[in-house]
Amino acid sequence: MTEIIVVTSGKGGVGKTTTSASMACGLARRGKRVAVIDFDIGLRNLDLIMGCERRVVYDFVNVINGDCTLKQALIKDKRLETLHVLAASQTRDKDALTEEGVRRVLDELTAEQFDYIICDSPAGIEKGAHLAMYFADRAVVVVNPEVSSVRDSDRILGLLASKTHRSANGNGGVKEHLLLTRYNPRRVANGEMMSVGDVKEILGLDVIGVVPESPDVLAASNAGVPVILNEDSDAAAAYGDAVARLLGEELPLRFLEEPKRGFFARMFGG
Amino acid sequence: MGLLALFRSKPNSASIAKERLRIIVAQERGGRGGPDYLPLLRRELLQVIHKYVNVDPEAVQINLEREAGHEVLELSVALPEKPGA
Repeated sequence: MTEIIVVTSGKGGVGKTTTSASMACGLARRGKRVAVIDFDIGLRNLDLIMGCERRVVYDFVNVINGDCTLKQALIKDKRLETLHVLAASQTRDKDALTEEGVRRVLDELTAEQFDYIICDSPAGIEKGAHLAMYFADRAVVVVNPEVSSVRDSDRILGLLASKTHRSANGNGGVKEHLLLTRYNPRRVANGEMMSVGDVKEILGLDVIGVVPESPDVLAASNAGVPVILNEDSDAAAAYGDAVARLLGEELPLRFLEEPKRGFFARMFGG
Repeated sequence: MGLLALFRSKPNSASIAKERLRIIVAQERGGRGGPDYLPLLRRELLQVIHKYVNVDPEAVQINLEREAGHEVLELSVALPEKPGA
């Protein structure tokens, strides 16, 4: 059975593509067949985060328009055998994506027996974002513990509940999860940042993961190696946990408290 | 956080954020799923009310409540304390 997961947020720059790339890698690392699709038409970026930007020959819109086969457009990851990337098109044509076209590509991936299709949504609530979520079975809503991100996430939750194939057809709706990124336990402890509990309470949703703010995320995108593959990173461990929870494992949340610092460090700052 | 920070009491900005979000999210959820004309209706009602009373735009609340079998459109206007104020 193929499961379609949309990674979405409303607000831009909160970590959707980073999350899509890491979740896709995490699932593939567990032997699942995964296709990750960039829905940000005109602003292709998933290829860079995945490190396959120089191997893009055909893209999502080419497949929809019949310029090539799906097989030709899927880029096989060099690190994980069961992972495939479908790049966004760089066209400026807003209408390049159609509901019918997206449905055909998703149906074909389903027929190819992929276990998971990860749809990396663009920011905003326009067509690309709408189509990324439309056919989803589950949604990972990426949120930063910050007012505008939380508000936009709530807006997205409203759309997931009303403007998706599942909601329209009464198939029990889209299963929603929250994933907090850029979490800074020290600032939470100082009362400068909302806590996981605060965000959870406002949005009323289960938390599938909390990724601590980490320099490793930028380093990963610089290198084109999804951060989950960095074995020494807390962010990677947090994404690993989120993938495990997605697969139904029950794990306690980690990295919610700052690492203990010595007496002098606390007294004299740093 | 240095030594000085221990003696300075700062307002807790995270709790301000949480409170503001709680209110705005509840308000936006209330308007969700309602008919598309609701924001326009609100604006036009506000204009009419404004012709007679100088009310704060924030003081006009429109809510659509759904109950079994029927919908209730609730309009609440908080009038200023002094007329014309």
